[in-house]
Amino acid sequence: MHFKHIAFVAAVSVLVSPAFADAPIALTLKDHKFSPATIRVKAGQPALIKMINNDDTAEEFDSSSLKVEKVVAGHSSGNIRLRPLPPGKYPFMGEYHSATAQGVVIAE
Amino acid sequence: MLSSLIIVFREVIEAGLIVGIVLAATKGVLHRAFWVALGVAAGVVGACLVALFAGEISNLFEGSGQELFNASILLLAVMMLTWHNVWMASHGREIAREMKAVGAAVTAGQSTLTALAVVVGVAVLREGSEVVLFLYGIAAQGGETTTGLLLGGLLGLAGGAAMSALMYFGLLSIPAHRLFTVTGGLITLLAAGMAAQAVLFIQNAGYLQILMMPVWDTSWLLPEGGEGVVGIIGRMLHTLIGYSDQPNGMQLIAYIGTIIVINVLMRVMNPPKRVPAAVPNPAE
Repeated sequence: MHFKHIAFVAAVSVLVSPAFADAPIALTLKDHKFSPATIRVKAGQPALIKMINNDDTAEEFDSSSLKVEKVVAGHSSGNIRLRPLPPGKYPFMGEYHSATAQGVVIAE
Repeated sequence: MLSSLIIVFREVIEAGLIVGIVLAATKGVLHRAFWVALGVAAGVVGACLVALFAGEISNLFEGSGQELFNASILLLAVMMLTWHNVWMASHGREIAREMKAVGAAVTAGQSTLTALAVVVGVAVLREGSEVVLFLYGIAAQGGETTTGLLLGGLLGLAGGAAMSALMYFGLLSIPAHRLFTVTGGLITLLAAGMAAQAVLFIQNAGYLQILMMPVWDTSWLLPEGGEGVVGIIGRMLHTLIGYSDQPNGMQLIAYIGTIIVINVLMRVMNPPKRVPAAVPNPAE
């Protein structure tokens, strides 16, 4: 009985997302530009970005190095989870307006 | 116009490659054009719906709705691809033999067409919803003229369709008796890549947070995306065989696990000792 319990809790703790120690990092999109365009995170730790899209149209947060593709509708927000990153620079862009919507995550 | 051309082209290539493989894998099966067209049409309708409800889908499951939705439809496609390969393992030879005998399309193989139509639908839906959102955004904002947008979209579509045709005719140049072996292998890798991609979506949704460190990093050699020819090659390999420049441990397990499961199922459903063809199969 107890073993089942422990196994269950262990399974759940693996499946359920870990609590993020720090508050989510706010990333605002306005006029197809990210602000802040540079986001610093601690290397080796997961992080959570809350992207707030203040434009009228949807945007896709796209980064092949961060392995994230996330559509955020206009006047809406979305959570972007970053895996624990090795130190380095990870560029991201708004795929639908890549001329102006550019940014970078720096893990250090 | 250029930006709409590039985006549409990029998304259509990905769906187009999958359509090309499906068409080659169903060569000689009657009514396949209808089923593939049905899959594409359903995918386009689905893409518009997904684009329309992007905000609502995203807000489900505490903001992880989009990731879980993507993971679900990818896993659905993995199941359908597995079903196709397992079915072909026991019926592929019959189809090839019958095709040779009558020299025309055969009716056997209809059942696997439904499964592959779902795969086509999923591919078109995933890539199509991005195109719809992007084109809608440009149109709403009025940055580009409607003519430029339409022209860019159509050119992108034509380019993607050309890639699809290239894939299809490339595969058809393989001798008939080897064709289904090759398409079977391609479909196995396609399924494995989709399973690995689904794992990533599940992890991005905040679940399955284990073995998340990259196992290798080949982004300096062949990046999985980005601009330029190298980026396009990386992207195509990502779609076709699930290439990743930084796969994590859990993704690798899903990739290899899918290959093993499909091969074991194919072996189990197709014992090497076969009953002579004269005995009719009561299941048909």
